[in-house]
Amino acid sequence: MPKVNLTHFEAAFLFSLFTSIVLGVVTKRTDRERVIYGLYCFGSFLLALFVLGWLMYLGHG
Amino acid sequence: MPKQKKPKEPMPPLRLWGPAVSVAWLIPGGGHCLLKRYGRAALVLFAVTGMFLFGLMMRGALFKPQTGDLLTTLIYCGGFVGNLANGLLYFLTVWLGYAQPDVPGMVHDYGTKFLVAAGLLNVLAMVDAYEIAVGKKN
Repeated sequence: MPKVNLTHFEAAFLFSLFTSIVLGVVTKRTDRERVIYGLYCFGSFLLALFVLGWLMYLGHG
Repeated sequence: MPKQKKPKEPMPPLRLWGPAVSVAWLIPGGGHCLLKRYGRAALVLFAVTGMFLFGLMMRGALFKPQTGDLLTTLIYCGGFVGNLANGLLYFLTVWLGYAQPDVPGMVHDYGTKFLVAAGLLNVLAMVDAYEIAVGKKN
């Protein structure tokens, strides 16, 4: 089994991608709604990732 | 006027949803495949298997149920249930000897979380398969 070393960002990006796909698939009733909700979740994850990342960077001093 | 209670819906018969939910547990996306939702099945398979494999490649640890104080019980038993929800992926990992010991490190820790999160995503897929099988969803 190959070993991968991911950075914080890469791990969070992959987590967001996989989670958004499943959330998009299971929550809505039409394919269009599913795609939109999946993209919305992915965008929200990335936005939270950048905002929290900057907050931690600035808070660290 | 007093609010009227909604009558409780009876549980749908097991033969309607049992096979779909069982297959959905064992093979991620299998329940959707059984119900002829092939596109969704492929997406669930990709997402759950992908997350599980990345967890393994990051050398994440699989939980074993342990009891002790409340937090220990919650973390280890909850983590074990999360791992078990991966179905065949979990069993193959254990049987083929890919289960890793718990070691300190940021990447290993992410891997452990990926392995549990993959199982929880599979639980969502199982619930979706149930709702499709009993006709609550198209």
